[in-house]
Amino acid sequence: MTVSGSGVGRDGVYGERPGREAPGGQGARTGRRRGRKGEQLMVPEAEFGSYYGRPVINAPTWAPLDIAGYFFLGGLAGAGSVLAAGAQETGRPVMARAMKVSSMAAISASAAALVHDLGRPERFANMLRVLRPTSPMSVGSWLLSVYGPAAGAAAVLDATGKLPRVGRAATAAAALLGPAVAAYTAVLAADTAVPAWHEAHRELPFVFTGSAAAAASGMALAVSPTAENGPAVAGAVLGTVLESAAVRRMEQRLGMVAEPYREGTGGRLMRAAKGLGVAGAAGAALFGHRSRAAAVVSGAALLAGSACTRFGVFHAGVASAKDPKYTVVPQRERLRAREQERQRAAAAAEPGA
Amino acid sequence: MSSLIGRNLLAGAEPDPAGDAGYGDHPPRMGFFTDTSVCIGCKACEVACKEWNAVPEDGLELTGMSYDNTQGLSADTWRHVAFVEQTRPLPAAPDHSGVDVFALAAGEPDGSAAGARDSHSAAPQAQQGADLTVVPSPDGRTELRWLMSSDVCKHCTHAACLDVCPTGALFRTEFGTVVVQEDVCNGCGYCVPACPYGVIDQRPSDGRVFKCTLCYDRLGDGMEPACAKACPTDSIQFGPLEELRERAAGRVAQLQAAGESGARLYGEDPDDGVGGDGAFFLLLDEPEVYGLPPDPVVTTRDLPSMWRHAALAAGGLLGGLAAAFAVFGTDRKG
Ligand code: SF4
Ligand code: SF4
Repeated sequence: MTVSGSGVGRDGVYGERPGREAPGGQGARTGRRRGRKGEQLMVPEAEFGSYYGRPVINAPTWAPLDIAGYFFLGGLAGAGSVLAAGAQETGRPVMARAMKVSSMAAISASAAALVHDLGRPERFANMLRVLRPTSPMSVGSWLLSVYGPAAGAAAVLDATGKLPRVGRAATAAAALLGPAVAAYTAVLAADTAVPAWHEAHRELPFVFTGSAAAAASGMALAVSPTAENGPAVAGAVLGTVLESAAVRRMEQRLGMVAEPYREGTGGRLMRAAKGLGVAGAAGAALFGHRSRAAAVVSGAALLAGSACTRFGVFHAGVASAKDPKYTVVPQRERLRAREQERQRAAAAAEPGA
Repeated sequence: MSSLIGRNLLAGAEPDPAGDAGYGDHPPRMGFFTDTSVCIGCKACEVACKEWNAVPEDGLELTGMSYDNTQGLSADTWRHVAFVEQTRPLPAAPDHSGVDVFALAAGEPDGSAAGARDSHSAAPQAQQGADLTVVPSPDGRTELRWLMSSDVCKHCTHAACLDVCPTGALFRTEFGTVVVQEDVCNGCGYCVPACPYGVIDQRPSDGRVFKCTLCYDRLGDGMEPACAKACPTDSIQFGPLEELRERAAGRVAQLQAAGESGARLYGEDPDDGVGGDGAFFLLLDEPEVYGLPPDPVVTTRDLPSMWRHAALAAGGLLGGLAAAFAVFGTDRKG
C-alpha cells in the first residue's frame, strides 16, 4: 500500500482529535506494543493510512454500565436458572429457591438496564414490533419476553408454595431458555463491525457462557449451605476453565485485534477477571464444602470476576472501534492475502509457469 | 425466513434488493456515483443537505484538519467533504510554468514574458530562470497533493444497520435505498456499531439515529437529491445504479489512460463484502486515506456461524451444569 509521511501516534488517538499533528491521509505506524510477554512479538509491524487518525467505524453509543451490566446480569440469570432446576431435581431446596430468586432479580435488573439505555425508553415496546432473525437484539428481546416471566413465575411460585406443578414447569422452562439468554448476548456483541467483537464471534459465546456459569455458581456458593455446594463448586471450576480457555483461544486467533483485550481498560479488566475467577474457583474447590465463610468469599470473587469479564469485553470492543488501526490493518491484510491467492491461481493457470 | 441464506439475503451479490424486500413492481435501484477527481471541496452538498433535510447544526469547531471542520458523517452531518493533504510528488502534469496567465488575461498573444512574472511570483524565495519550475513553497513545502471527497451513506446492498435493527425502523425503499423511520426508532443504538462505514449515528439530544435518506422525499417526486443538485462540478452524480456503474467504469479507464494510476472505483463491485454500495466512489488513493474501510464486510455475513457457536455454547452450558449435578447426585446432607 502507499502511505507516506507522518500520522497517528502509536498509542492511538481516541478521545481526542489528532488533526493538528496528523496530516491527512498519511500513514500511521502500528508498532510492537510494549508487551509483557514474548507472544506480542508475533504482531507484525503494520503501516496503515487513516483520515487524520479518525476512527473508521462508529463506536457503540451504549453506556458501559447499562450494556456490560446487561451482559453480566443476563448470564447470571440464565445460568442461575439451570442451577435452580438442577438443585430442585436433586433435593437441594435452599439452593433451588435462592437461585430462582437470584435469576428473577438479575433478569429484572438486566431488562431495566436495557430499557434505560434506549435513546427513547418510552418506545421500548417497539422491540416486540417485529421478530427479525438477523437482529440478535430482536431475537434476544423475544427470548427475554418468554424467559423473564418463566423465571419470575418459578421464583414467586416457589416462595409462595402455590401451584407446585406450574412452578415446576416454569422452573424447567427457565432452565431450558437460560443458557440461550446467557449465550445470545455474545452474538449481540459480535454482530457488529466492532473488530474485537466481530472477529471473536466464534469464541465469544463460550467466553460468555463460561463467565455465566462462574457467576451463577458464585451466587449459589454465596447463598447455599455448604452441604448443598457440590454442584456449584463443580460449576465454578467448569465455568472458569471454559472461560479462560475461550479467552486464550480468542486472543491467539485475533492477532493484533487482541491488543485491546490486553491493554488499557479492557486489558486491566480482563486480567482482573482472570485473577478473580481463578482465585474464586480455587477457593471454592478447596474450602467450599467445609467453610461457609470461604464459600461466600469465593462466590463473591467469582461474581466479581464475571462482571470484570463483561466490562473487559465491552471496553476492549469500544477501544478497537475507536482506533482505526483495528479496522484498517486486518482488512488490508485480507485484501493482500486475496491478491496473493489470485496471483498464485493465475501463475498456476499459466502454461509452463 | 428459511430463504435468508439460500437467496443471498445475508451477504453476496444480490441484483434486486428492493424486490427481495417485497416490492413487486418497483423503480430501478437509484444511487450515487461520487467522482472525487472533480470534487473542488466547495461543500455545497453539505449545505444543501442540511438545508433540505433541516438537519440541525452540530458544533462549530476549528480542527486544523485542512479545510475540514465538519470532521465526519454523523447524525447531524449526512454529507461530509473530506480534505486530504499529501506530501508526495505529483504525477507528471503538463508543464505550464512558461505561461504567463496575467499576460494571457491582458490579451497578449504570447504570455511567456519572463519579466512580467517576477512581480507576481507567490514564492518568497522567488528565483530566476530554470528554478521557476519549482512549485512555490511558502512554508517550506513542495509537492502538495490535495484530495477532496464528499462522503455519504453507502446505501449498502446488504445493509448491516437495517439487518440488525430490532424494531424495523430501518427499511429498504422501493428505490433500493436504506431509510430510518423516525417514529419507530427507539434509540437502541444497535445500528451504530453495526455499520461497517461508521455512517449512522445517534443524535444525543434526541436519542434516535439519523443518516442520509438519499432524499427519499425528493425521489418520490421525481427530483434528484439535494446534494447532487447542488454539486457544481457533477462530482456527485445521481441516477439508476446500473447506468452509474457503466459511467464510472468509463471514467476510471479515462483517468488511468491519462496517467492517474491511483484512480480506482470503491464500492461498485456487487461481489464485495456488502454486496456493492448504492452510493459508490471514484477515489484517487487508498480508501483508508479518505477514512473509508478498505474491505468492508456486512457483519451479518457471519451470523449463521455466530448462532451456531452460540447454540453450541448454550448447549455446553446446559450439559455441563447438568453433568455437575449428575456427578454430585442427590443431596447427601440428610
Ligand atoms: S453505509 Fe452504514 S448506514 Fe448506510 S446503509 Fe450501509 S450499513 Fe447502513
Ligand atoms: S441524498 Fe439527500 S440526505 Fe443524502 S446527502 Fe444528499 S442531500 Fe443529504
